[in-house]
Amino acid sequence: MSVAITLTVNGAPVSLEVDPRLLLSQLLRDELGLTGTHVGCDTSQCGACTVHLDGLSVKSCAVLAVQADGADVLTIEGITGPDGALHPMQAAFREHHGLQCGFCTPGMVMGAIELARTARDLEEATIREGLEGNLCRCTGYQNIVKAVRAGAQAMREG
Amino acid sequence: MYGFDYHRPTALADVVALLIADEDAKVLAGGQTLIPTLKQRLAMPSALVDLSAVPGLREIVAEGDGVRIGAMATHAAVARNALVRAVLPGLADLAAHIGDAQVRNRGTIGGSIANADPAADYPAAVVALDAIIRTDRRDIAGGAFFTGLFETALQPGEVMTSLFFPAASHARYAKFSNPASRYAMAGVFVAKRGDAVRAAVTGAGPSVFRWHAAEAALSARFSADALDGLVLDAEGLNSDMHADAAYRAHLVGVLARRAIA
Repeated sequence: MSVAITLTVNGAPVSLEVDPRLLLSQLLRDELGLTGTHVGCDTSQCGACTVHLDGLSVKSCAVLAVQADGADVLTIEGITGPDGALHPMQAAFREHHGLQCGFCTPGMVMGAIELARTARDLEEATIREGLEGNLCRCTGYQNIVKAVRAGAQAMREG
Repeated sequence: MYGFDYHRPTALADVVALLIADEDAKVLAGGQTLIPTLKQRLAMPSALVDLSAVPGLREIVAEGDGVRIGAMATHAAVARNALVRAVLPGLADLAAHIGDAQVRNRGTIGGSIANADPAADYPAAVVALDAIIRTDRRDIAGGAFFTGLFETALQPGEVMTSLFFPAASHARYAKFSNPASRYAMAGVFVAKRGDAVRAAVTGAGPSVFRWHAAEAALSARFSADALDGLVLDAEGLNSDMHADAAYRAHLVGVLARRAIA
């Protein structure tokens, strides 16, 4: 069985036929070449594959592509400004060196953008709890937390 | 994953018809348990019947002295819903601490309850509050819904559509999360409605269960120290690499006190 789906990815319409087994992470990486979305554990624990589905952060390895039919998907490639300027959260990760090897970074940034929009405050405990779904195997959490707080403040001021 | 067909009907009757026509078809709600299960090839459904296009299944509305929550309401939606926070803040708090933010954006209350994972959080609330589970054909009392390990009173082809949770003068959940999986190694939901107290335990046994001795003690006097000297019998509790049965029994005592304080 193949299913015809139509969705919006980073603002552009996409239509294709997919096997129902295809994961959203596979659609993005293998079909659309958007390899900024990383697949770390592929067991919905590490959060490296986090993207926004209709504005909410989700683990794209735990979503079927067919479930995204009609949806609006935003990946790390889609958050920079039209002039190529870094998103405030990306800029904060660079400024505060919120990465070591960088593998978890796209998922961290996508998760942090939603956290910035929804968190009741930007206390360290709130940020750490909000990032429970994103793992950094380098254990670089100190600077990630700093970067998320700075990025969230920039988003809220911007 | 093994191959499967995919359907996204727009009417509940069509969901039921598809499930009745094909006994190997499975309902797909948020997919946060089902999709990882399929990826590990632990299930081989012939088809998935996606509930997401059926209207009305995500609504959260006031009803009587309680709240009716649509089966497709996500954990995030329950956690931040103003009505749930006003009527049953302990339920909103439970939802706010399931899994992680991404899982809460997809996972649904109906999916979690229908799956009946022995370590899931919601079953404790359903039993302690004696919620009423509404399906396409009947209402089922929360206390009679969970029948065993991953087993419920749902019949083949029966689809949960909403849950009614009655208000309670006290309703609070306390859990001890596995640090890696976030599932409850043990969790206790204590609810007091009128003079009746219910203490429902999840994570510790093969299925959610009531701790009757604690309920009796708390009905006599609703205070954490009413549980002094009371120890849950470890016989039959889960024992695994994370915690043995005696440790889980101890956790239940600690968590029951926290759920009262």
